[in-house]
Amino acid sequence: MPKASIPLPRPTNLSRPHWDGCKEGVLRVQRCRDCGHFVFIPQPICTRCHADALEWVASSGRGTVYSYTVVHRPPRPAFAVPYIVAIVELEEGWHMLTNLVDVAPADVQVGMPVEASFRPMSDEITLPYFRPRG
Amino acid sequence: MPRSPLHDVAIVGAYNTRQARVLEQPETAVLLDAMRGALRSAGLAFADVDGINVSSSVRRWNPREVVQLLGGRPCWTGVEIGIPAVMEAAFAIASGMATTVLVATAQAAEYTERNLTAPWTRPSNEFVECWGLYTAAEFALIARRHMHLYGTKPEALAEVAASIRTHGAKNPEAVYYKHGEAVTPAEVLASRLVADPFHLLDCAITSEGGAGLVLTSAERARDLGVTPIYLLGGGVDRQGMSYVGPPVWDRYGEVGGRAARLAFASAGLGPADVDVAELYDPFSFEIIRQLEAMGFCKPGEGGDFVMDGRIAVGGELPVVTNGGLLSFSHAGLAQLLQKPIAAVQQLRGELPAALTVPGAEVAITSNGGAGALFCDVLLLGKEPA
Repeated sequence: MPKASIPLPRPTNLSRPHWDGCKEGVLRVQRCRDCGHFVFIPQPICTRCHADALEWVASSGRGTVYSYTVVHRPPRPAFAVPYIVAIVELEEGWHMLTNLVDVAPADVQVGMPVEASFRPMSDEITLPYFRPRG
Repeated sequence: MPRSPLHDVAIVGAYNTRQARVLEQPETAVLLDAMRGALRSAGLAFADVDGINVSSSVRRWNPREVVQLLGGRPCWTGVEIGIPAVMEAAFAIASGMATTVLVATAQAAEYTERNLTAPWTRPSNEFVECWGLYTAAEFALIARRHMHLYGTKPEALAEVAASIRTHGAKNPEAVYYKHGEAVTPAEVLASRLVADPFHLLDCAITSEGGAGLVLTSAERARDLGVTPIYLLGGGVDRQGMSYVGPPVWDRYGEVGGRAARLAFASAGLGPADVDVAELYDPFSFEIIRQLEAMGFCKPGEGGDFVMDGRIAVGGELPVVTNGGLLSFSHAGLAQLLQKPIAAVQQLRGELPAALTVPGAEVAITSNGGAGALFCDVLLLGKEPA
């Protein structure tokens, strides 16, 4: 497991709803009211139709592993190796970076079903890790 | 396509300072060496230059400050880095804003906290840093998806790394010069894992050094008594900020393809006309990706393409003949300029004999890759377009 001393996000006005959602156990993402496009990372306008019409909605938090890498040399010692960095493709079709937990590196596969697993790291920040789902 | 103003310009000087893991030299001294060396290579002096794009990583020399350093004569200054800096200088010359431009940069003593990965590998934004992401992991995510889609094997990645590192082993100016002793794919696969599928030897080295280029009009270039290398075409593909969002293969896997098509169209050439490819090689897989994106083979065929010595000097398409980021050097912003510099040295016949591609006329060079969401391309030739 990552240690508490890893660098934690510093939410901005734009991203705060996402991080507040994590604290509540909800994976929140922006969706365009006009075209339905899901936008992540947070942006001021829709990146597909460019409308000023983004709203925060709850993702199911379920998805599949799109790609992954098992890291053996960390950027800083606070990350205990090996750890698994993954891109998860959410059910709604958007992608995010995360770490996979509760799974051995050798058992990870592209396409594997996963779900969000929220872990409090500080008073302000809960991180959305992902773990295998049955 | 309209005639490119790049065709009016030639590179007349190209120079690398000494490169080393640690130079133990002040960065400013390295920068001055890069500037003087590039001018010497062009047969020119500071007094001949009226355009400057010179910078450094740690002392943070910037072009306007360097103009002042050289006496404060009115000069054009550039703002770009790497291949776009070369093109920007060429556009300034082609449009008459400058006649001769010096582009140079240097880095020394930037990587001091050795318990961390190098500072330029570590992005600090809120959706990346907490996951232990850094450049090796970003590019590994791109490579893994390709391996999943097309069955690309670790052996293909190792073949790329071994081929490029063997070039470096034969280049006395490379940081990892090994008196010609070949690096084998087995050694790459046996080196420790960094971010799988990348082993240590699949990854760029860390080093210090400087580099410089001099450009002038094609017309003036012919009177300098040096071998001019002509700009045939270029392109810039940018898809967003590096290392902020997830590097999703479906969206970014072909970055550089458009830049290459534009460069080829401007030159009236195609991939089959390229004699040597000084492609950007931060990680072994990036070569496979670029060969596909730039049309040297079909999507998914890059892994097979690189096998059996095809990309080694002596093969069908020699790739990264000076040893590249994997062996020659990976220093600050100089490493970006070192791609066109390698092409110029190759086309001028200035590389060691064991690395010279006989009769090479056309070279493609690139900066960037899919983990970084950008890829720039420059085509260079011994003959004008």
